[in-house]
Amino acid sequence: MDARAIFDRVAAQFGDAVYDYKPGVVGNDKTNKGFINRDNEFKCKAERLVEVMTFLRDDAELRMDFLMCLTGVDYIKEKLLQSVYHLFSYPLRHQICVKVDLPRDKPEVPSVVGVWITADWNEREQYDLLGIIYTGHPDLRRLLMPDDWVGHPMRKDYKEAEMYRDMPTSRYSPLEMLSVYDKAHVQVSTDPNVPGGRKAVAPEETND
Amino acid sequence: MSELIINYADSGEEMTLNMGPQHPSTHGVIRFIVKTDGEIMSSAEPDVGYLHRAIEHIAEKCTYEGFMPYTDRVDYVCAMTANHAWAAAVEKLAGLEVPPRGEWLRIISDELDRISSHCIALGAMAMDIGAITPFPYALREREYINDLLEMLCGNRLTYNYHRVGGVGWDMPEGWRDKVLRFLDHFEPTIDEFNRLITNNDIFVARLANMAPISGSDAIAYGLGGPNLRASGIDYDLRRDAPYSLYSQCKFNVPIGAGAMGAVGDSWDRFWCRVEEWRESVKITRQALDEIEKTPKGEFWIHPKKLKPKGDAMARVEAARGEMSCYVVGDGSANAFRARFRTGSFNAMQVIREKSKGLMVADLVALIASLDVVAPEIDR
Repeated sequence: MDARAIFDRVAAQFGDAVYDYKPGVVGNDKTNKGFINRDNEFKCKAERLVEVMTFLRDDAELRMDFLMCLTGVDYIKEKLLQSVYHLFSYPLRHQICVKVDLPRDKPEVPSVVGVWITADWNEREQYDLLGIIYTGHPDLRRLLMPDDWVGHPMRKDYKEAEMYRDMPTSRYSPLEMLSVYDKAHVQVSTDPNVPGGRKAVAPEETND
Repeated sequence: MSELIINYADSGEEMTLNMGPQHPSTHGVIRFIVKTDGEIMSSAEPDVGYLHRAIEHIAEKCTYEGFMPYTDRVDYVCAMTANHAWAAAVEKLAGLEVPPRGEWLRIISDELDRISSHCIALGAMAMDIGAITPFPYALREREYINDLLEMLCGNRLTYNYHRVGGVGWDMPEGWRDKVLRFLDHFEPTIDEFNRLITNNDIFVARLANMAPISGSDAIAYGLGGPNLRASGIDYDLRRDAPYSLYSQCKFNVPIGAGAMGAVGDSWDRFWCRVEEWRESVKITRQALDEIEKTPKGEFWIHPKKLKPKGDAMARVEAARGEMSCYVVGDGSANAFRARFRTGSFNAMQVIREKSKGLMVADLVALIASLDVVAPEIDR
């Protein structure tokens, strides 16, 4: 089944819960300056996501039994977090991408663990890295980061805490350390004859 | 997960054991929290993240082409397909074409690396359950492939060979003959390997009927590659959703049939990989024939001003299952978001489910039969 027909079939069942179908663009079009999606996709409203996904999996003409990929994207300019689901059907060999837009200040989306069990860890990872809350997930804990980590590191406005368990999370750059110790002795040269681009100079004399 | 290392339950004999992270048979740094009564486990909960290097975050910090060496580290045992996944995703995103010679070189390098990856998987699996000899036999063949790939791209493990728009280098003078000579040598060693271990009675008795995964389970858990096909699902991305020039190659797809026990048991997964060796050899031979018809030197169209805006997802058949790469570009030279969907990540979830009721020693065999590699889980 082609992607348009998939969307039409879902739309006939769920009305305006699904919207904004876009066919995937192929080839290099220099005139198109906008956001070009390369896969067939449609959007779904968060509150009816589980119903739509269950329909996509169980309907005899859709049979999307495989959740290929689950991704979260932080569109900070649009103030959106997006949860992206790539679905594939092994029996019928068609695929579609479903996107769910979430407000950045309250990124809650129903969990699809009940539909595809593989969503379990994928959702935990996206929660861990992007802070998308998958409501109804049986075990929504951090997966990759330590349990007591603060913040969600893949968010675009994430700032790492300076200390983690009394360990500094950053170190001096070796180049900065050079400037601390050897500023008076070494200076960067643009002379190509100087190996390494640096040359030694005598330290300035001080009066003390 | 702050449980004690050994902890007896108040009632009964069940205790909680810690396996890993530095356990040689976990194939990397993975920790399992095993609840066991004697030898029988009631659960084995994987705890991952020890190798998390934020590769997806690094992708946002470097240019599309500059990220290529990092993709080697997504799966260092089969780095070529990770290269390919990233290159294919970015090419799809930017609408780029790859010249045929580049595609054939990609296929040859992919398949050689797949053989080398299965060498590690099969040798290590046999070693994990106590058969030491097959490991050096498999590793011996892998060394030849490492030499061949070193001639091709200068590296033995993390190749950094594929490029956005093609591959980094053409094959050197005389390389094609060396690969053909290796394939002639390698094909008989598959039969030797089968005599040595695959059909060995003790080995079969150990693995047959162990932790069978049904076809519907395999799909629901998102398994891919040999693990999926061992469960009887007839699906191979190279044949059914052909990328690159795989549509021009003729090869069989080995499907697990439960020859020694149940469909999808650990022996089937082992056997599927052995048979994939043969298919990879076939594909490599065809690609080496085809590449002779393409003009020398046209292996890479260097993309100028690579600043795509949009999103794309590319799927590649990697050695540990389907590897898909989802890239979002925002019109700058860096990716806005990159995500690698890897086979091992999804295979780990099966272990928790299938370990119930297994012996502790069988957990090691189950991990090895799914061929998980820790950096691919954590990225």
